[in-house]
Amino acid sequence: MSVTQLGMPQVRHGVGNIFETEPFPKYAERELKNEQLRANLGFATHKIRDKRAAVTGELPDWQDLRTAGSMIKQKVMANLDTYLEEFERNFTARGGHVHWARDAHEANEIALKLIQAEGVDEIIKIKSMATAESGLNEYLEENGINAIETDLAEEIVQLGDNDRPSHILVPAIHRNRTEIRDIFRKKIEGVDPNLSDDPAELAEASRFRLREKFLSTKVAVSGVNFGIAETGTMTIVESEGNGRMCLTLPETLITFMGIEKILPTVEDYEVFLQLLPRSSTGERMNPYTSTWTGVTPGDGPQNLHVILMDNGRTAALADEVGRQALHCIRCSACMNVCPVYERAGGHAYGSTYPGPIGAILSPQLGGIENEFNSTLPYASSLCGACYDACPVKINIPEVLVHLRGKDIDAKKAKKKQIPTQMDGLMFGAKKLFSSGKLMALAEKGLPMSKLVTGKDHKISKLPGLVGGWTDYRDIPEPPAQSFRNWYKKERPSETKRVAGERVDIDALIAQNKNKVAEAHAAAEVAATDKPAPKTEETK
Amino acid sequence: MSDAKAEILGRIRSSLSDHPQPAEPIRNYRKVSDKSQAEVLEMLIDRLVDYKANVFEETEETIAQRIAEQLGKSSRYVVPTGLKNEWLPEDTAARTRMVDSGNDQKSGALSLRELDAVDAVVTSSTVSCAETGTIFLTSQEDEGRRAITLVPDHHICVVPLDTVVELIPESMRRVDFNKPVTMISGPSATSDIELIRVEGVHGPRTLDVIILK
Ligand code: SF4
Repeated sequence: MSVTQLGMPQVRHGVGNIFETEPFPKYAERELKNEQLRANLGFATHKIRDKRAAVTGELPDWQDLRTAGSMIKQKVMANLDTYLEEFERNFTARGGHVHWARDAHEANEIALKLIQAEGVDEIIKIKSMATAESGLNEYLEENGINAIETDLAEEIVQLGDNDRPSHILVPAIHRNRTEIRDIFRKKIEGVDPNLSDDPAELAEASRFRLREKFLSTKVAVSGVNFGIAETGTMTIVESEGNGRMCLTLPETLITFMGIEKILPTVEDYEVFLQLLPRSSTGERMNPYTSTWTGVTPGDGPQNLHVILMDNGRTAALADEVGRQALHCIRCSACMNVCPVYERAGGHAYGSTYPGPIGAILSPQLGGIENEFNSTLPYASSLCGACYDACPVKINIPEVLVHLRGKDIDAKKAKKKQIPTQMDGLMFGAKKLFSSGKLMALAEKGLPMSKLVTGKDHKISKLPGLVGGWTDYRDIPEPPAQSFRNWYKKERPSETKRVAGERVDIDALIAQNKNKVAEAHAAAEVAATDKPAPKTEETK
Repeated sequence: MSDAKAEILGRIRSSLSDHPQPAEPIRNYRKVSDKSQAEVLEMLIDRLVDYKANVFEETEETIAQRIAEQLGKSSRYVVPTGLKNEWLPEDTAARTRMVDSGNDQKSGALSLRELDAVDAVVTSSTVSCAETGTIFLTSQEDEGRRAITLVPDHHICVVPLDTVVELIPESMRRVDFNKPVTMISGPSATSDIELIRVEGVHGPRTLDVIILK
């Protein structure tokens, strides 16, 4: 756990899978060569985007729900301590046990002790971001406990050696059906050796494999979508029924819950029950949603635990701009509209949290100065599509720019070598975005990584942090006007020094004009946010 | 208080040293339906069919016959204690009804193995939301404990007409969250393989909904 002094209260960052493990552009460059990944991701993100557009578009009050969702989350964060204690009181009063974990290691240790106390060496799991973040499965394995993932996609990832989820909603989207068939033929004991690649047959094979596990395993581990303070209720949304199995049949249930997952009341829950499925899978409702409020005699696990995990969330909370990242309900809409994510894929972000949300969450949870987290806030074209899509209106571009500023500050504080031009560009950007007046000017964003063009007016490689990424930049450029205004005023000579190359901003803008329009049109369709006039509140 | 708890709460308070004062959430979303009962029912049926559930409209007179038909060759089915007997067909040589007591720590409850061996389950339901096509089971006497609607492969669920509402907020008002709640929107499904939707993974593969008028 690292401690950072940021001229603010001391914050403690988390540990676990919240780090970019190599510079994003490098990672992305490699991933870009994976044709199948790109094709699958392109297909998936488009399809989910279309479905999402249809089901959010049919609700006359979608914008009202987003507003309510955003405001509820602000209220939660402002009173987080109170709600957590209220949740604990109510969950405990109903026979549950609450544990507090400062970081992912502590959460894993608590879980291990609880599992060992039951005397088992195998547990079943429901797909959970929190346990992926904490690296629970690996930790349990080191300690002789086998954790079986029961969500079909997670199962595919787990059975495929050394594989990792590539999307938080459809983690196995990088695999096609034939690969999945091969994995199942190889790894599922007793499976029909002639198993075909028909998805229905593959799902059946999973049912065959897991049914016995569901009936006989004594301990399950889950994450949670929301915990309701006023009642101590927990809830999980899912599709396949593996969640219901894990929540109902075992004797012991251990739930990992990030401390930000709290909702004050059941009335608040109704807002998120409408926002989440439509925004996530593009369905009106997911097939199954379960709630449980403590122990119910004679129905479901009688031994209930929840582990409330900080792991850097309080560090994010300390940042007045960045704390909105904690509003995230993990719907994945921002990924599906993101042109960078669509091309680079989920793995390139290193952390459990990919895409635009990952780019603002990982650096805050794990510290921007740690590993290669500082490269994540640059993994964006700042086109604003994520902001438009987000069901709780997280202003991701704003946080990205803010974090770029923090990155520069951190490097300066450490007197780290910053390439002059990078420093200048980033400093300019920081100045730009931290002023309210200029923020409005650059509302739709300004790709800091694109300020330099090559001889033929194409964007060429930038040295340092963002280098490499620009080779693949078929991503939107900033609105012409705001960029030019800023550029003339603020940094007239800066880029001339860059690699001695000529800069022709007008050409750059002309060249990218259509792409901006296309990207924004796509983003708007996907986000279906058109009906609402932009009021102060929707910003 | 545990050390960890004290420390986390302390961190939260210190992180909030700027004392943010957000406004009370504005809830302008719809809370009450402006549609007729007929429209709402049509919407529910449309959504359920979209999810690949089988939907039937029956009366007190015809429901037993419908359930018999849907059970088909199912020889053993389970019901919760509070389910109306009049809704259910007579047992025959080939068809046996089993009543689950609703408490797996007391006698009269089917074991998991027994549940796994039954073919179907018949229950009622508390409220159904038309806009999302969602049926709420809330652990009432005629719905039973959670395992009985999960382990058998075929769920026949009765939706009394007066429990059909349009909106999620209207549904929530009728639900007591002190007991386990399961919201069902169609049969179990997955889209994990190439985003192709497949009905039936771990939960019941067949969902029959009987609207009782
Ligand atoms: S940031 Fe918003 S859009 Fe992205 S996953 Fe979180 S809630 Fe969804």
